Amino acid sequence: MTPARFLDPHIHMSSRTTDDYQAMAAAGIAAVIEPAFWQGQLRTSVGTYRDYFLALVGWERFRASQFGIRHYCAIGINSKEANNERLAREVLEILPLFLCKEGVVAVGEIGFDDQTAAEERVFRAQLDLAREARLPVMVHTPHRDKKRGTSRSMDLALDRGVRPDQVVIDHNNEETVGEVLERGFWAGFTIYPRTKMDSERMVEIVRRHGHERVIVDSSADWGVSDPLAVAKTARLMLERGIPPAAVEAVTCRNALAAYGQSGQIREEHWLPPVPVDQRRQFEGNTVLRGQEPRVDRSPEAVRQA
Amino acid sequence: MVTCNPLRMASPGAGVGINSGMPPPNFAVPSATTLRQARRLLHWWLRPRVPAAPLAWLEQACRETPEGPDRQFFMNFSAACRHFDGKPLNLTAHDESQAERVRTGWSPALWTEEQAARTAILLHRDPRNAERWLREVRTLFEHADLGEQVALYQALPLLPHPEALVERCAEGVRSNVVDVFQAVAHRNPYPSEYLPEPAWNQMVLKALFVEVLLAPIQGLDERANPTLARMLCDYAHERWAAKRPVSPELWRCVGPHADARGVEDLERAWVEGDGATREAAADALRRCPWPEADYALQRHGLHREGETL
Repeated sequence: MTPARFLDPHIHMSSRTTDDYQAMAAAGIAAVIEPAFWQGQLRTSVGTYRDYFLALVGWERFRASQFGIRHYCAIGINSKEANNERLAREVLEILPLFLCKEGVVAVGEIGFDDQTAAEERVFRAQLDLAREARLPVMVHTPHRDKKRGTSRSMDLALDRGVRPDQVVIDHNNEETVGEVLERGFWAGFTIYPRTKMDSERMVEIVRRHGHERVIVDSSADWGVSDPLAVAKTARLMLERGIPPAAVEAVTCRNALAAYGQSGQIREEHWLPPVPVDQRRQFEGNTVLRGQEPRVDRSPEAVRQA
Repeated sequence: MVTCNPLRMASPGAGVGINSGMPPPNFAVPSATTLRQARRLLHWWLRPRVPAAPLAWLEQACRETPEGPDRQFFMNFSAACRHFDGKPLNLTAHDESQAERVRTGWSPALWTEEQAARTAILLHRDPRNAERWLREVRTLFEHADLGEQVALYQALPLLPHPEALVERCAEGVRSNVVDVFQAVAHRNPYPSEYLPEPAWNQMVLKALFVEVLLAPIQGLDERANPTLARMLCDYAHERWAAKRPVSPELWRCVGPHADARGVEDLERAWVEGDGATREAAADALRRCPWPEADYALQRHGLHREGETL
């Protein structure tokens, strides 16, 4: 049997270390989607946002390739920072410059946090941009007042003319999943060690709701989180008797189908593995500090070198 | 391949050893006719190679480009990757000679369909308002992902207002992404025509550092200079000291400008080097005008012209 190949469709690699990249590659994570998000520290200007987006389509993609992992991203302004109205207005103006870039597979992560009027305005504007750019949407659902926030997110998407099959509603739990699947949206589940969802509960969700339109991700970021969550959950599901095809669907195929609607992500991008050539450097930096570079010779590496 | 451009040969900045730091004079400003012909060629090449749908998209994009809103221009430039892919253009020898006729040194032999489409869009933007055009091109560079950077740097020789893009070119030379560096340095006539000597020298030395070939750098011989020869010899000494290999290509830029120490280095390369290095060192010694080179050639049984005795 060929080793499992996973797609983690929601992970913030900018906040992670090279150890994580190595462990992820070893665990069979072949590709990742990194949505733009709140970096813990509130941004104060459009310039830092611009450089963040540039890093997502530049430096971080390059860094991932050094470990044999294919990197895609989603571009958007998150709900928390949407409350800084001047900043949000300026970021909305530069978003169109990034939505058509190579490897941008969605507008995201966007949605509600406190469910304020400002958040709704920015959410609405970005749904319109997604429709215009024909991109799927990755929706972050709020921690507080979650059930209502999730319903409102779906209402708003439909109100803006975005089809349910273009929208991944993320961070679901047992209370929200029913409505999301019933209304035809994709349902994402974030496996966190302490909050949101864990692997054990995830097994039960797939047993109860099936694997159709269900997506597992790690959302690993700067907090306590696990970049191997997708691979670990897959293993647990197999141990608990979930059929391999269902496991493959929720840990790779479904996300590929959802974000594949952008035309920017295809399995052949990472099969065979992305060749690694750590001698390649980026803007004066190298991710190696003194170790021997790892070089996988392949036609792709030759083309890129 | 280094194309022979008589204008470039005549450049006073080339090979006379004046390290003024000033760029060579501008002698290759693409005219409106050049732009039109380049655009026509790009469409001509894409038409038989690309399916109808992306072609229709490109033609629409080019139609709305000249005077359209900047936002539309930027988005079309980015969105080319949504309609075209990295398939090589596979130009014929005839196609390449046409490129050379339109713009001396333009060598799109290794371009992809996507790069050709992006360049077509770029060349359709009306450049007559120089201030607006330069502002927009700066925005494109500053917001470019890796693929867009490659397309932009490759297009440098075709862009209007080339004199205003010198610092941008030097910026490309600083990139350590090999694809981006090569887009500037390889098969591109712009650097040899416009880069001031310090930036030119950095580019040649950097090619050795990122381990790409010197041969595809245009104007390599014409822009050789004593400072570069000295930098390359110093670099060779660093490599020798570290017991690491020295690229045989390096000696080509040393030969015509080797001082007494340079001749010693060429002799050492001849004595210690492998086959390719010996060949390169002998060739460089033959191109050195000084009597020291004659003595060195004689010492090793080499003639100015021809083969080993």
